[in-house]
Amino acid sequence: MASINKQKTSILDKPLGKGKPEINAATFALLFSEMVQYCQNRVYSVSELQTKLSELGQHVGTHMLDLLFVREKGYKRETKLLNMLLFIKNNFWKTLFGKEADRLEHSNDDEKTYYIIETEHLVNRYISVPKDKGKLNCAAFTAGIIEAVLNGANFPAKVTAHWHKGTTFMIEFDESVLARDKMV
Amino acid sequence: MSRQGTRGVDLRKVNGELFSLTYGALVAQLLKDYEDDEEVNKQLEKMGYNIGVRLIEDFLARSNVGRCNDFRETADVISKLAFKMYLGIQPVVSNWSAAGDEFSLLIENNPLTDFVELPPGHSQLNFSNILCGVLKAALEMVQMEVDVRFVQDTLKGDNITEIRLKFVKRLEDAVPVGED
Repeated sequence: MASINKQKTSILDKPLGKGKPEINAATFALLFSEMVQYCQNRVYSVSELQTKLSELGQHVGTHMLDLLFVREKGYKRETKLLNMLLFIKNNFWKTLFGKEADRLEHSNDDEKTYYIIETEHLVNRYISVPKDKGKLNCAAFTAGIIEAVLNGANFPAKVTAHWHKGTTFMIEFDESVLARDKMV
Repeated sequence: MSRQGTRGVDLRKVNGELFSLTYGALVAQLLKDYEDDEEVNKQLEKMGYNIGVRLIEDFLARSNVGRCNDFRETADVISKLAFKMYLGIQPVVSNWSAAGDEFSLLIENNPLTDFVELPPGHSQLNFSNILCGVLKAALEMVQMEVDVRFVQDTLKGDNITEIRLKFVKRLEDAVPVGED
């Protein structure tokens, strides 16, 4: 009897928990550094490294999305573009990094492009980029998280990380998202 | 209040779920790259080793703990100080061997395995094997060679996660060749 019961309790039946268990920043920083080194050994260029980091971030993002919406928003998903972006800038950032992102901006030239700007990003805090690595920004990991969250919430987009006013995440939405937003 | 909003953030703390999910992403990526449980176990231990070498320095700098006099003290420091500081949990030290050179750490809520379940077909995978690497390296840096392995794992259906540490030998600092 006992073994039948054991098989029946799957992980999805366990309660979610309140969230916000805190972990030492050093633990995360050390783990992240190992991950960057692991990826670095398997690629030949900086942009491939950023892609690999972004893939790891996407894995995190897909799982984070449901967790956040269930817990923070009481099971209600965002359907409007601007609300989704504000959710990411405020709630999502606060949950993950302990504070809200510094700025959210809309591009002047391109309707589909938005920027989230942060002067000092958590994952980059203990990383120094050598000159030969050029434009490497390990916040590609966070960009992957954001991309997965947006794609999962049905706002298809591409997110990349850049060195601009600190760290800037450039979010480019699909045409379909804007068209749909105009109708809602 | 003279402090701004952002200053209220404790810079030394990070969201635990971000950490758990990040570790999960890493293991998933390793499984995709190596496809073999034993290989992944080895990679995790290797990465844990690299982390442990740096972690022990951070630990000694922050905790002001002096040299441990015997293995029992080491066990206490690991469970009460180190695990508490880095993972926020306090495992129970138990199952001491008769000679006093082997003990177990019993972990109830492993933060690395939040939200994780092992699919069938990966029964050989030690998901938290990175911990073995970290412990081994950290103790090696303080002149103790210790054998670390998993005995029980909640992901595999056991009630509790148990890591066994066995003291092998004391390491002497090697004198560089030419200097005697």
